[in-house]
Amino acid sequence: MDAILLQLLNGLDKGGAYALIALGLTLVFGTLGVVNFAHGALFMLGAFCAVTFNKLLGLEKVVVDETQTTAWGTALEIRTPYIESWFGEFGSFLLNYSVPVSIIVAIPVMLVIGIVMERGLIKHFYKRPHADQILVTFGLAIVLQEIIKHYFGANPIPQAAPAAVAGSADIGAWLGLGDGLVYPWWRLVYFGFSAAVIAAVFAFLQFTTYGMVVRAGMRDSETVGLLGINIQKRFTVVFGIAAVVAGLAGVMYTPILPPDYHMGMDFLVLSFVVVVVGGMGSLPGAVLAGFLLGVLQSFASMNAVMTIFPGINQIIIYLVAVVILLTMPRGLLGREGVMED
Amino acid sequence: MSKFTMTRRGLLKAGAASGVALAAPMSFVRGAYAQDFCNMPTGGSVTLGFNVPQSGPYADEGADELRAYQLATKHLNGEGDGGLLNTFSSKALKGNGILGKKVEFVTGDTQTKSDAARASAKRMIEKDGAIMITGGSSSGVAVAVQGLCQEMGVIFMAGLTHSNDTTGKDKRRYGFRHFFNAYQSGLALGPILAEELGKDRTAYHLTADYNWGWTQEESIKDATEGLGWQTANAVRTPLGAGDFSQYLTPVLNSGADVLILNHYGKDMVNSLTQAVQFGMREKQVNGKDFQIVVPLFSRLMAQGAGENIKGILGTTNWNWSLQDEGSKAFVKSFGQEYGFPPSQAAQTCYVQALLYADACERAGTFYPPEVIKALEGFEFDGMGNGATLYRGADHQCFKEVLVVKGNENPQSQFDLLEVVKIVPREQVTYDASIFGGDLGPADAKTC
Repeated sequence: MDAILLQLLNGLDKGGAYALIALGLTLVFGTLGVVNFAHGALFMLGAFCAVTFNKLLGLEKVVVDETQTTAWGTALEIRTPYIESWFGEFGSFLLNYSVPVSIIVAIPVMLVIGIVMERGLIKHFYKRPHADQILVTFGLAIVLQEIIKHYFGANPIPQAAPAAVAGSADIGAWLGLGDGLVYPWWRLVYFGFSAAVIAAVFAFLQFTTYGMVVRAGMRDSETVGLLGINIQKRFTVVFGIAAVVAGLAGVMYTPILPPDYHMGMDFLVLSFVVVVVGGMGSLPGAVLAGFLLGVLQSFASMNAVMTIFPGINQIIIYLVAVVILLTMPRGLLGREGVMED
Repeated sequence: MSKFTMTRRGLLKAGAASGVALAAPMSFVRGAYAQDFCNMPTGGSVTLGFNVPQSGPYADEGADELRAYQLATKHLNGEGDGGLLNTFSSKALKGNGILGKKVEFVTGDTQTKSDAARASAKRMIEKDGAIMITGGSSSGVAVAVQGLCQEMGVIFMAGLTHSNDTTGKDKRRYGFRHFFNAYQSGLALGPILAEELGKDRTAYHLTADYNWGWTQEESIKDATEGLGWQTANAVRTPLGAGDFSQYLTPVLNSGADVLILNHYGKDMVNSLTQAVQFGMREKQVNGKDFQIVVPLFSRLMAQGAGENIKGILGTTNWNWSLQDEGSKAFVKSFGQEYGFPPSQAAQTCYVQALLYADACERAGTFYPPEVIKALEGFEFDGMGNGATLYRGADHQCFKEVLVVKGNENPQSQFDLLEVVKIVPREQVTYDASIFGGDLGPADAKTC
């Protein structure tokens, strides 16, 4: 029972990240019809917004102490963060909460990156075949990865969760299942955060006029255009929003997975499977499939399952994708007519 | 007119004298015979090929290896402070290059992929005239490049490779490893684990699902079960899994009180970070404190795990905090050149470059079969690892192994590992035949 509950939580948690990335991918595909292989790189760039913010906050005053020497004979440098010497306790608080606070920085940065990416490069490929779009966005992803590696190196850079949520929650006591059943606080925070972001995106599309026009454009952009609405401009903003969603998913994931330049690529392939299983162009499908595949992946890694089906943990997602596509060729919630022409 | 007569005694004398006369030139000009070996240096310089990961997941480790090789090149050519040339027990190197030829180098990018590493090594041998290939940060790469070098007749001085196979079932006459291996990690770590954690423990292994992970798991399991420990389970995790949560949660209910992470690089950083997040450091099982063990530690990788490595036990080939003359000399040279201390990858690569150069000097030739002979069975000291033997039977170095612990009170950002014990060479020496394999011929080749 304990093991099942923990794996369910793991799955929801991982599913949250898959769902956020797949949501952005589907938004871009549904509006602009572009298969964006650089979307994983946006997740990675979001994570590096948190890293950069933390590095800026951690800029240190270096005082050279001539009385002490390093093991290699140079004078010892004593370092203290500027922010602590300037703001005292508030500075320490900012350093401690640098990951959640970096969301404020990441939103405008990712919006600008998304818009620049769409206007500067991807718009030139709208009328080109999907293969060209895949090649150019994949190339872009590699370029972005290499830029990050050049400045930050190839090793993962750890980001600490705020001390208040760095430990584990005693969920056993909450649910009356006895002591010893713990789950990391930050993973619970991440699950709540991903649910909130997904709700916010749906609310934006469902309950605002702007969102209504975007949805109409996703159905039939030509007709919306004939009504005198500059739908292309709105789609550009939607691309920016998709970048923000992926970026925020990356920012909040940093305490779980120390970010490195390659983390986007690791998530990208799985997120494409999520989009296909959910149904191309279906936003609820992307979210549903994200959580579903996350949970299935966790359960497949249980020892009891792996004893019966060795290696199932590594193929479960693709196996489910095959089964769903055989039985439901449009995916779980796919619409008729999408990518079928 | 004299009469020529030949007695039996005279014939024997003449035969012995002509035998000596025929043999003598060979010993004086042994460097000159067999001119046609691969990349025989003819001008005033000799080219070494540094094949390190310049891109991919181990690029930072590769960058440190390259720094070490550049420093070794400087020292071999008589520039800088001489580094380990001053402490090396062999005094054959004079700081005038190798056999009087200036050392030059070319570099290749292994990308930590076997095929890319073979291609770059081949390019350095065929196009750039490299007489020796060295470097790398993966056992898969080491085995692949070593195989190529055997085929081409070019000596390969391996970089960081920890799998038993490199000098075990995949050993080659042309391949040499200074770095220690997984079996030695088990031999060194076992007694310390018993000392620190007791003999009544149950271990749970999470193992990277590839060659190195398997040999490491097997070696550590052998060592811990030999102490009386039980193994609750050994689970293989896909390489680069990222999120290990689904593999960590079953540990909590397995009855195990020690988690052994047979992971390296990014996998180690992620699995360790996440194990700590799951409260495993604070957990009590079977009335004992739950413990995590990382059998192969690397300071560069430990930086990625941040605070989480504190108190975690493991082994390492070398650490910059060692206080022997060789280590101090190397840290000083490297630190003054680059502003920070060297990693274990840098140390092994630097030493390998010097050992090759020294073997050429002692052999008096670049002719590979003679250089191989000079390296096989070579005993040396002063390189930071105590008295060391390059065993002829498998081309594995036998030297002290460090058991280390994540430093609880680091004095600097580099002060991540604390040496718990320097395990003597005798304790990590084993019979070469246990891993099988065949070194193959030492015949010189043309290329």
